[in-house]
Amino acid sequence: MRAASTFFWRRPYWYLALLLVPPLLWFGTVYLGSLFALLAQSFYAIDDFTAQIVREPTLATYAQLVTQPANVDIVLRTVTMAIAVTITCAVIALPIATYMARYASGRMKALFYVGVMLPMWTSYLVKVYAWRLLLAKEGIIAWFVGKLGLTGVLETLLASPGIGGPSLSSSYIGMFLVFVYMWLPFMILPMAAALERVPGSLLQASADLGARPSQTFRNVVLPLAIPGIAAGSVFTFSLTLGDYIIPSVVGAPGYFIGMMVYVQQGTAGNIPLAAAFSVVPIVLIFVYLSIAKRFGAFDAL
Amino acid sequence: MTAAIEFRGVSRIYGEVRAVDDVSFVIEPGEFFAMLGPSGSGKTSCLRLVAGFDTPDRGQVLLDGADVSDVPPYDRNVNTVFQDYALFPHMTVLQNVAYGPRVRGIAQPEREQSAREMLELVQLAAQGGRRPSQLSGGQRQRVALARALINHPKVLLLDEPLGALDLKLREEMQIELKSLQKKLGITFVYVTHDQGEALSMADRVAVFNKGRIEQLAAPRELYLRPATAFVARFVGSANVASAALAAKLGAEARAFAVRAENITVHGESAATPADTISAPGAVVAVQFHGAASRWQIQLDSGEVWSALVPEDEARRLNGINVGARVRLCWPRGAGVALNEAPGA
Repeated sequence: MRAASTFFWRRPYWYLALLLVPPLLWFGTVYLGSLFALLAQSFYAIDDFTAQIVREPTLATYAQLVTQPANVDIVLRTVTMAIAVTITCAVIALPIATYMARYASGRMKALFYVGVMLPMWTSYLVKVYAWRLLLAKEGIIAWFVGKLGLTGVLETLLASPGIGGPSLSSSYIGMFLVFVYMWLPFMILPMAAALERVPGSLLQASADLGARPSQTFRNVVLPLAIPGIAAGSVFTFSLTLGDYIIPSVVGAPGYFIGMMVYVQQGTAGNIPLAAAFSVVPIVLIFVYLSIAKRFGAFDAL
Repeated sequence: MTAAIEFRGVSRIYGEVRAVDDVSFVIEPGEFFAMLGPSGSGKTSCLRLVAGFDTPDRGQVLLDGADVSDVPPYDRNVNTVFQDYALFPHMTVLQNVAYGPRVRGIAQPEREQSAREMLELVQLAAQGGRRPSQLSGGQRQRVALARALINHPKVLLLDEPLGALDLKLREEMQIELKSLQKKLGITFVYVTHDQGEALSMADRVAVFNKGRIEQLAAPRELYLRPATAFVARFVGSANVASAALAAKLGAEARAFAVRAENITVHGESAATPADTISAPGAVVAVQFHGAASRWQIQLDSGEVWSALVPEDEARRLNGINVGARVRLCWPRGAGVALNEAPGA
C-alpha cells in the first residue's frame, strides 16, 4: 500500500492517468460516441419505396430538412419559442438572482435556494399535466382572471393570430408559460452563482467613484453577471429546443423539433431525419455561443 | 479653516458590538492622518463612515463643514483605495482609471486623456491596454491609486493599501505615497495596523482600540509619551509596569512604560549604575536582529519585558545565556507615566 502510494507520488502523470482513464473511456464511448453514432445517421437517407435506411453518405436528408416548408416551419417555430422563453427567463431571473446573491443572507438565502430548486425535485410529467389543468378553459387561471373581471382581456389575447387558441392549455401562450416555469431554475442558479463571485468591494468602488446604483448595475453588475446569463441561456435555449413533452401535452397542434425527433425515430422509422433534426439544436447552440463570445460575454471569466 | 473631516460623537453598533464607540476628532485639510489599531479596533469602520458605505447610528460625520451622515458615497467628494484594490476585472487599466469621469458623463476622448495623465503620474503609462489580472500586485496598487485620484477628491481614503505587498515594495510605496500627498496637497486618511507605517508617514496618528481612540497625537509624541498602556505596547512595543510593580521597584506608585531601547541588561552581581531603577529577572529568549538583539526577560514579579541590546553591548554580555539571572536597569527619567492601569 505504502509502496503504491510512493510510486504514484513520484509519478504524478501515472496518478493522473489512473484517475482519468475510466471516466474518459465512459465519456468517450458512451457519452460522445453514442451521440456521434446518432449524428452519423443524419448523413444516411431513407429509401422512399422500401422504407429502408440506405447506408451511404448523402446530404439528401439535410436537403429534405431545409427545403420542405413543413420542416422549416418546425425549426422556426421551435427557435422562436426558445428565444422567447430564454429572454423571459433572463428578465425574471435577474432580480431574483441579484437578491439571492447580493442581499439575502442566512435563512433567507437558504429559503430562496431551496425555493428555486424545490420544483426540480418533483416529477417533470406531474408538473406538465398539472399545468394543463391550471391552464384549462375551466381551470383555476381562467377562473381567477374571471374574478378579476379580465376575461375580456384573456379572450382578446387568445383570439390573437398565431399565438392564440381555444384556451390557454391549447395555445402557444400556455406552452410558453409552462416552458418559462420549467426552465426558470436553470437560469436563476448559474446567474446567482456568477453574481455571488462578484466581490462587494467592486460595487463599493463603483459607488465611491461617483456611479449611481443604476450606473453600477449597468457598468459592473450586469457585465459580471453575463457569463452566468450565457450559461443559463444555453440551458433554457437547448432545453426548449429539445423538449417534446411540453409541446405534446400543453399547447397548439403545431410540431416542435423534439416532437419531430420522437415521431421520426419512432412511428415513422426515419432515423436519418430524426438525427438531422437533432443536429439543429447543436448547430444553433454553437452559433449562439460564438455570437455571445464575439460580444465579449466571456471576457470577465 | 474648516475641517476636512470631523466626527462628532459618532457611534456605529452592529448588534452587540460597538464597532465605533462615541468617537470625535478633527482632520485638517492637507493633513496626512493615520488610523492605527489592531483588527476589529474600529479604524476601518470609521473609514467606511467617511466614504459613505455605512451611516452612523449616533453622532455626525462632517466633510468640509457639512453634515454628510445621510449622503450616499457617489455624492461625496471622497475617494477610496481599497485593500483588495477592487479593480474591475472586465475593464482595461485605462478604462478602470477613466471610470470616475465616465460615470460623471465626461466624453470619452477627454476622460481617456485625463486617465492617461493619471497613469503617467503613477508611472504606468505603458500598461493602459492591459487587464488588471495581467499586472503585478504593486502595479494594481498604483492603478487603484490613479483611479481614486482622477476625480480630484478633497480627501483620499486608503484602507491598508500596502498590506498585500512585500516588504521592499511596501517601503518604496510608503515614500512614494508620502511625496504624492505633498505634491497634490490633499487630505490622506490612512488606515493601517502597522505602527511603523503610521509613524513614518503620518502627520498625526489616531490609535484605535475597541471602537475608541486611545490617543491622537503626532508620531513622535505618540512614541515618546504614550498616554495609555495600550498605546505604549502597540505603538512603542514598550514594557508596561502596573502601579503595584512601580511601587515595589521603588518608583512613584503609578503605572509607567519603559521602551526596550532604554533598558540595559547587567549580570546579576554587577553594580547598579547611579540614578537608575532596576528589576531582577531571568533571560527567556534572545533574538538577533542585526544591529541589535531583543532580549526577553521574565521579571521576578512575573511580567515578561524586553530589552534592545546593541551589538557592542552584547559583546560585554558574552556568557550570559538563556536561563541566566540578570538585572534590568533604566534611567529614572525614562519611565513614562500612564493614565490608566495596564491591561485596560
